[in-house]
Amino acid sequence: MKIDVLYFASVRERIGLPREVVETGASTVADLVGELVAREARYEAAFADVAALRVAVDQQLSDFTAPLEGVRELAFFPPMTGG
Amino acid sequence: MRVDVRSAPFDPGAELSAFSRGVAGAGAVVTFTGLVRDDRGDLSALEIEHYPAMTGPAIRAIVAQAEARWALTDSLVIHRHGRLVPGEPIMMVATAALHRAKAFGAADFLMDYLKSRAPFWKKEITGRGEAWVAAKSSDEDALRRW
Repeated sequence: MKIDVLYFASVRERIGLPREVVETGASTVADLVGELVAREARYEAAFADVAALRVAVDQQLSDFTAPLEGVRELAFFPPMTGG
Repeated sequence: MRVDVRSAPFDPGAELSAFSRGVAGAGAVVTFTGLVRDDRGDLSALEIEHYPAMTGPAIRAIVAQAEARWALTDSLVIHRHGRLVPGEPIMMVATAALHRAKAFGAADFLMDYLKSRAPFWKKEITGRGEAWVAAKSSDEDALRRW
């Protein structure tokens, strides 16, 4: 399946892209992160400490154990600093 | 409820006047305005990134919770993104309710949630370079009050 993957703030800067389409057979967010990390060092650097990152699944805050079936968009980012 | 996510500046006074005129039946209006802070005196700009497809829906979901819990007459959230200079308003919250305790409570809740649950990221630009503002653990702790 194809998933739109978005990166924000420091994650975007480490990976060097704001978004990309990822072709994956991963069943959870964590599995997809594993696939990305295996690709290149810049992904490894961006995802070195996933406990310090947040993930949104189809624009809803979620967690790394979330299943990917039927998901269209994922976003990875550091903790938010609004307000 | 009005939620306005924008890059353009806004006038908090004009927003407050317009909001207050539209809240017939309310007995209290509380507002909070956040400004770009320069506590070390070396900030040239603040850059605010956001997640356009998520920002509006995430803020509206937070505001809907506040409206239900404090029985608000009306509410307003304005939040800017893009490049801002010190002293500029970043964001504003206004709540209207029958009595002040509800308006204060809702505004306090909204500020805590907007800080760590609305998808914005701030970067400070100084003469020495640039750095992302780190979220504080106290921001996350603040959510547990509610």
